[in-house]
Amino acid sequence: MSLVVSTSGDPAVKVSVRNLDFYYGGHHALKSVNLPLYAKKVTSFIGPSGCGKSTLLRVLNRMYDLYPGQRAEGEVLLDNENILDPAIDLNALRARVGMVFQKPTPFPMSIYENVAFGVKLYETLPRGELDARVEEALRGAALWDEVKDKLQSSGLGLSGGQQQRLCIARSVAVRPDIILFDEPCSALDPISTAKVEELIEELESQYTIAIVTHNMQQAVRVSDYTAFMYLGELIEFGKTDDVFNTPKEKRTLDYITGRFG
Amino acid sequence: MSDHIVKSYDRDLENLGRKIAEMGGLAEKMLAEAMEALSLLNIEVAQRVIATDARLDILQREIEEKAIMTIARRQPLAVDLRECIAAIRISGDIERIGDLAKNIAKRALKIASETRVTRATIGLKSMQEIAGMQLKDSLDAYAQRDIEKARIVWDNDAQLDALEDSVFRDLLTFMMEDPRNISFCTHLLFCSKNLERIGDHTTNIAETIIYLVTGEPMPVERPKGRDSSLNVINGEAL
Amino acid sequence: MSLYDTRRRTNTLATGLAWGAALFGLSWLLLILGSLAYEGLRGLSPSVFTQTTPPPGSVGGLMNAIAGSLVMTMIGVAIGAPLGMLAGTYLAEYGRYTKLATVVRFINDILLSAPSIVIGLFVYEVMVRPMGHFSAISGALALGLLVVPVVLRTTEDMLLLVPASMREAASALGAPRAMVIGQIAYRAARAGLVTGVLLAIARVSGETAPLLFTALNNQFWSSDLNAPMASLPVVIFQFALSPYKDWQQLAWTGALLITVTVLTLSIIARAFSAGRRN
Repeated sequence: MSLVVSTSGDPAVKVSVRNLDFYYGGHHALKSVNLPLYAKKVTSFIGPSGCGKSTLLRVLNRMYDLYPGQRAEGEVLLDNENILDPAIDLNALRARVGMVFQKPTPFPMSIYENVAFGVKLYETLPRGELDARVEEALRGAALWDEVKDKLQSSGLGLSGGQQQRLCIARSVAVRPDIILFDEPCSALDPISTAKVEELIEELESQYTIAIVTHNMQQAVRVSDYTAFMYLGELIEFGKTDDVFNTPKEKRTLDYITGRFG
Repeated sequence: MSDHIVKSYDRDLENLGRKIAEMGGLAEKMLAEAMEALSLLNIEVAQRVIATDARLDILQREIEEKAIMTIARRQPLAVDLRECIAAIRISGDIERIGDLAKNIAKRALKIASETRVTRATIGLKSMQEIAGMQLKDSLDAYAQRDIEKARIVWDNDAQLDALEDSVFRDLLTFMMEDPRNISFCTHLLFCSKNLERIGDHTTNIAETIIYLVTGEPMPVERPKGRDSSLNVINGEAL
Repeated sequence: MSLYDTRRRTNTLATGLAWGAALFGLSWLLLILGSLAYEGLRGLSPSVFTQTTPPPGSVGGLMNAIAGSLVMTMIGVAIGAPLGMLAGTYLAEYGRYTKLATVVRFINDILLSAPSIVIGLFVYEVMVRPMGHFSAISGALALGLLVVPVVLRTTEDMLLLVPASMREAASALGAPRAMVIGQIAYRAARAGLVTGVLLAIARVSGETAPLLFTALNNQFWSSDLNAPMASLPVVIFQFALSPYKDWQQLAWTGALLITVTVLTLSIIARAFSAGRRN
């Protein structure tokens, strides 16, 4: 029997979501969701469109705060601090919780500036150190070799996959604790997708990662834990191997085997 | 279980199941006929068994190919993935069962000129009956995804092991009685080993069925007959 | 005859009519530009740029009018453009979902389509009358009032074109709101913002009506913002209506200068927004 079931205990909890409810105006988008994000592990959120997985991701850095009429209730503890507390410093929170979006969003500035932008927000570094930080981030995002000779050219001139890795570099440069990926590969070709996935595996040693994906094979490949969501509810959460091999819930099984609807 | 959104996916998997059933039917027939050939020393039947094996090999190759294509095309997960893996494994087991039956038939051809065989095949006959029953039950369990039945098959293998021991002793006795018996008894020893192996393959099938349905592997330890033939030899030698 | 043939014939007819209408409209434009160039170029000489407006019958130029136009337009834009940009930023960024924004947007739309003479009268009432005399500064203010709605509108539109994902990406790095707008949104919308200001300049540099009631005119060179000041549109208006041949000639030349300026600004604006798309 070839499928190995890991029996090691769960690692430390980085984020603990407790009884989280989320509303878009009158629409109840998340219904008392409870789940942990384990430190230095990759957790994937899967589920059909509109199930609330992206919403959950956007609660973790309170991105929803940019828009009126959206509110969250419950608790989200990041290192035991409730980030839903209105008193929390949002910008400081977001500096700790980086996010990479579905579509690459390079800023309209040079590659160097793109990476340095976030760093300069919170740190005043001498030129040399900033250069080093930018290089470190670009290397971390496996982009350095491709762009080291054109750091001053526009980030918009890169290919889609390079742009996405630039965005990852930008997040990494700020040295966050957590990186959120919101369908990071859905606009990329297979080669670029593979590079981003490889990158996620490498980043795992340093960061707690959450990834929303529609690609179940991708969830299987990159994640240690998987949360299956449906209609705003967390249906199942567990080790990725278990969820994709022997899901406990019929809805999970139906979804991952393509039997939905 | 409800159907897949993609209907041809369901057809692919059904197809695999049907082909396994066809293989199983062939293997059952081969096993029964091989024993018939052996106990009656019927050359015609033995040759039929040998000829049938080719068909089994072709079917196995087809199943393997289809399962691999399904994995590549559909990227199945959970039970669907196990379905494909199970088809590959079970078809492999059945193909081996066919080979072993063929081997029995070949030996039947070799000893067809002997005259003292019939008395010595009684034990083998009951081994074949149990192995045939095990094969039938495992195929039923597969068709019905019945893990209880599969577990019974798995447990019952001990019977076959025990029986092999007694056949071994019987044949040893025959050989000691009359050195002229040694030649065909050696062939029969191999036949009993083949039958015992067939039993092992049915437990493999049973394990695969349990894995297929539950996703959990069977425990590593499997019930064994009280003594293996190896112990008997050692015991005799000592 | 098949349905397809009927449709094809209708299509040919409609296309023909559309072409005809376009050519009809274009021909008038060409006619206007042609006669303007023909009449205007005849009077174009260095003295146009070096001498002030002459009394009837003597030689002169448009120097004071050109300078006046430049000064008042520049001050007007300097007043109106920042106001418009800030207000546009409010509408697009901070006030996007507020009631106030809706009200401001509505009023701005009214302002955008208000006849410029109304603006002139308004400034006359609130500035010229209390001051007791016409002045360049009140003219500049009137132009500034015209600039505001144009710049506001383009600023808002251009900022709204900046994808929300870009703002989210900047916010996700922990950038405060002002930083997101100042460093990311403005940068992304830069070409559009410049285009808006250029269009506003093009719009006000040809305005006559608001200046008639505010800066009036000045026969002589003046750099005093507190005194009446000449401007090209007003001089054109005055000279073109006069019975004197040489004044009429200067009016043609002035009209050509304004047209060329506006055309150039428009082309630059176009080039900018085209560059943005690439």
